[in-house]
Amino acid sequence: MTQQILIAVLILGALGIFFAVVLYIVAQKFKVVEDPLIDEVAEVLPGANCGGCGKAGCRAFAEACVAQHSLDGLRCAPGGDAVAAKIAALLGCVVEQGEPMVAVVRCNPANCGDKRKSNYDGLRSCAFENTVYTGESGCPFGCLGCGDCVAACQFNAIKMGENGVPVVDADKCTACGACAKACPRKIIELRNKGKKDRRVYVSCVNREKGAVAMKSCANACIACGKCAKVCPMEAITVEGNVSYIDYKKCIACRKCVTECPTKAIHDVGFPAPAVKPAPKPEAQAAPAAEKVEIPVAEKVEVKS
Amino acid sequence: MNLLNISGSPHVHSDESTKKIMWRVNLALVPALIVATVFFGVNALLVSLISVVSCVLFQWLIEKYILKQKPTIWDGSAVVTGLLLAFNVPATAQMLWIVVIGALVAIGIGKMSFGGLGKNPFNPAIVGRIFLLISFPVQMTTWPVPGFTMSFDAATGATPLGAFKEGALPADVTLWDAFLGHIGGSMGEISAIAILIGAIYLLCRKIITWHIPVAFIGTAFVFSAILWLINPETYMDPVMTIFTGGIMLGACFMATDMVTSPMAKSGQLIFGFGCGLLTIIIRNWGAYPEGVSFAILIMNSVTPLLNCWCKPKRFAE
Amino acid sequence: MGGVHPEENKISNDAAIEVMPVGKQMVVLMNQHLGAPATPVVQKGDKVKVGQLIGEAQTFMCANVHSPVSGTVLKVDTCKDAFGLAKPAVYINVEGDEWMESIDRTPDIKRECTLEPKEIVAKLKEMGIVGLGGATFPAHIKYSIPEGKKAEYLIINAAECEPYLTSDYRVMMEHAEEVCIGVSILRKALGVPNAYIGIESNKPLAIAKMQETARQFEGIIIEPLKVKYPQGAEKQLINAVTGRRVGSGKLPIDSGCVVSNLGTAFAVYEAIQKNKPLIENILTVTGKELPSQHNYIVRIGTTYNEIIAHSIGQLPETTGKVISGGTMMGKAVVNLDAPTVKGNSSVLVIGEKEARRNPETNCIRCGKCASVCPMGLEPYMFSLLVKNNRIEEAKAHNILDCIECGCCFFSCPANKPLTDEIRLGKNKVRAMMAAKK
Repeated sequence: MTQQILIAVLILGALGIFFAVVLYIVAQKFKVVEDPLIDEVAEVLPGANCGGCGKAGCRAFAEACVAQHSLDGLRCAPGGDAVAAKIAALLGCVVEQGEPMVAVVRCNPANCGDKRKSNYDGLRSCAFENTVYTGESGCPFGCLGCGDCVAACQFNAIKMGENGVPVVDADKCTACGACAKACPRKIIELRNKGKKDRRVYVSCVNREKGAVAMKSCANACIACGKCAKVCPMEAITVEGNVSYIDYKKCIACRKCVTECPTKAIHDVGFPAPAVKPAPKPEAQAAPAAEKVEIPVAEKVEVKS
Repeated sequence: MNLLNISGSPHVHSDESTKKIMWRVNLALVPALIVATVFFGVNALLVSLISVVSCVLFQWLIEKYILKQKPTIWDGSAVVTGLLLAFNVPATAQMLWIVVIGALVAIGIGKMSFGGLGKNPFNPAIVGRIFLLISFPVQMTTWPVPGFTMSFDAATGATPLGAFKEGALPADVTLWDAFLGHIGGSMGEISAIAILIGAIYLLCRKIITWHIPVAFIGTAFVFSAILWLINPETYMDPVMTIFTGGIMLGACFMATDMVTSPMAKSGQLIFGFGCGLLTIIIRNWGAYPEGVSFAILIMNSVTPLLNCWCKPKRFAE
Repeated sequence: MGGVHPEENKISNDAAIEVMPVGKQMVVLMNQHLGAPATPVVQKGDKVKVGQLIGEAQTFMCANVHSPVSGTVLKVDTCKDAFGLAKPAVYINVEGDEWMESIDRTPDIKRECTLEPKEIVAKLKEMGIVGLGGATFPAHIKYSIPEGKKAEYLIINAAECEPYLTSDYRVMMEHAEEVCIGVSILRKALGVPNAYIGIESNKPLAIAKMQETARQFEGIIIEPLKVKYPQGAEKQLINAVTGRRVGSGKLPIDSGCVVSNLGTAFAVYEAIQKNKPLIENILTVTGKELPSQHNYIVRIGTTYNEIIAHSIGQLPETTGKVISGGTMMGKAVVNLDAPTVKGNSSVLVIGEKEARRNPETNCIRCGKCASVCPMGLEPYMFSLLVKNNRIEEAKAHNILDCIECGCCFFSCPANKPLTDEIRLGKNKVRAMMAAKK
């Protein structure tokens, strides 16, 4: 009996020592030397792995930061300046302050919801629907409404609005750009948040000629160029049948908003009552159409 | 006029649906249910009814109140689970409440905890049965003696497999009895002919293919034949082997469950082979007289691997 | 291997081909073929005749476009196609019906073809012939065999395995001789000993008719095929006729085969023997809900609405979908004001009830999609891989081999849009490969 116990103990003990040695050798042989700084940088990152920086994830971003020992060309949008400052402190480098950005959906919901021109019955994916046809709105440049952007957002900041066009929650949006990348029609753009969160943008990317664009959507940009003429900062350019406001130059004076005949230019974040009644009679009939981002539903009612 | 519908091609569908498949499986199980009712009386019907109702009820409750989704009880899959669970227990009066627990385990743990139909790795009815077998070993192995009876307190006896495990096959059990179903056992497994009728219906409807049943039964037959030839005293003869116990029911209805069996034909053959082999191993050298459920459960766990290894033959290679 | 049996619904089988009158205005799109659009060579105010070149192929992957009508060019602009997307187009105001003098409009059948193979190919290019089986691949490219490759088989696809479509069937019944001459010309262009015409055996009349006609010609063999969708898919057809298998990512010519559609053979006859460019389509107007079934010769550029108005007056109230092509691989049309283009084979009207897809349910892993896939792929797996953006793996499992026949969605009991998902996956794989380059 004692002998049996002894044998068992010896065999198991020997096995244990043997495997310990093997483990030690293997651990030495395959040791990965890693800069401890990477761990520290990864620690301050948000850890959402949103991919907005263009890297595979937060750790890959940290590795890239440590590898080049600066933040040049690298920016963690969700973390913003706070995280950038922390990383800069860890790396011992200086970082430029970036302007806070937000995702902007540049499509009017005027055509969607009840005004669909067809019924899409296939795979709920914008990327796929885009290869099939114009989409339910009939506008070949408009939002398809299947929500690829909603699925791409890691921060729950973009939701499908009642009218089938997504709505961005500016407070939650970290400007990582995942939605803009997911949109097959390049409708979503990252723009600056603006002073006091006030911003003006052309909410249309339709590149069709004026008359055709009007047929596609009542709120389409028809590239009439009135906005460009009225802009005091020369911030507006009309190219390829669509007007574009350069947010770096825009001072949010909103002259273009009142000038736009199709109400394709939206302003966001301005107090609603501050808007003076527009000179045109038809616009007077539609005071509710003055823009805040949320009452999209009202806008459509006015149009109908 | 209506709005035109737009979608990618194709624009037609074969009209096959999960619902149709499940209800056809239910239809295929009816012959076995009839035989069970004939031989085990009202108990068989009652156990089946309670099992089915509780399976459907549990699925409804879980989908409605826990998963908060639209209940899918009408797709018939819970009914299939309920029937198969009932078929795998003895038709005795005490099973009337035990089978409810089995239904809860089958639906709750075996199916819904993985996300519902199509996502469960194991056959829910087998999960339920094995849970009952382990938790209520006495009740689950108290077999009513088959006979034309209307009584609730039928006499109990042994199954051919149980008797064989204890010593020898009872002399009065003939192959014909086993074929018709005049033997002891779980209520759905006794009659080979009723199961075969159902299986042929499923084959004609293209709901199952021959691969799993043939591989399962074939392997069991060949393997037990080898053992029998080596020593006819210790091992049961191969024909009796495949007609007694749950091999027929398991091979035709449980192992062919679409969700938990491999998709490629080659994978299905390996799956059936594994089931047959394990069944005979458990029967002859395991603690239990019957090993079909364990064999299928083990092979269920191999299914994802078989799906990875066994690919259909590519046209372009 | 694989395949399904959708309801055939060849209800317009017995409707003889009628001629659709020409409308008041024609819009001719410049990209009616696979590849880059043709460059317009007419200007506003120009007078054109039927068959006159109006769009010239200036790049490699392109085909000429000819005027289907005579009249004055109104403008050169864009026009929305059947899917609502703007495409370059020439608008022509129709005045009379004056044809180019070179075109032989007599009904006589001209058998002899004295052209050399090179000249035949050049003429195919000049006449703007494209493949009429659906892909509209420019014919002159297909029949210019690349250096180092050799054509051994010419296969003419007359399987018409798509439900509803009957245009090829009608052409066989009414123009068997012309088709055979066209096939002989193509055979000559390739320099192959034999041409095989594959016809599904559910068209016994067409097989008999073609066999009888083919007897007068050298080297045309009629090959009755098993009835199974997709028997007319290029790779499946080659396999059925020659026993060869076109490998992954390979072209038919790599297996020594050239496949053309039966309609193309007819167009080739008209182009080579009659100098008539591709300005007409033979298309089926059909649908269970329609009061009558038709087969038409339609000038290219006639709008869907004009075709509907002429044939059945208006769409029935219950219309759910209008499809250009068959139910398995056709495309749903959204803009009925769009002009038809080369290769359109039908205006198929599907009722509301049939048109709607049933709601998607959980995959029950029945493996039906894999067992019906004619390419031996696993659609259910692609569905998961594409959903989870595992594009590399999808590529490794040969997603690009998919021929988009639709058998997987057709047979899926869970109504999963598998074909859509695979198409999306293929696009993603191609985008990934393009990004790598």
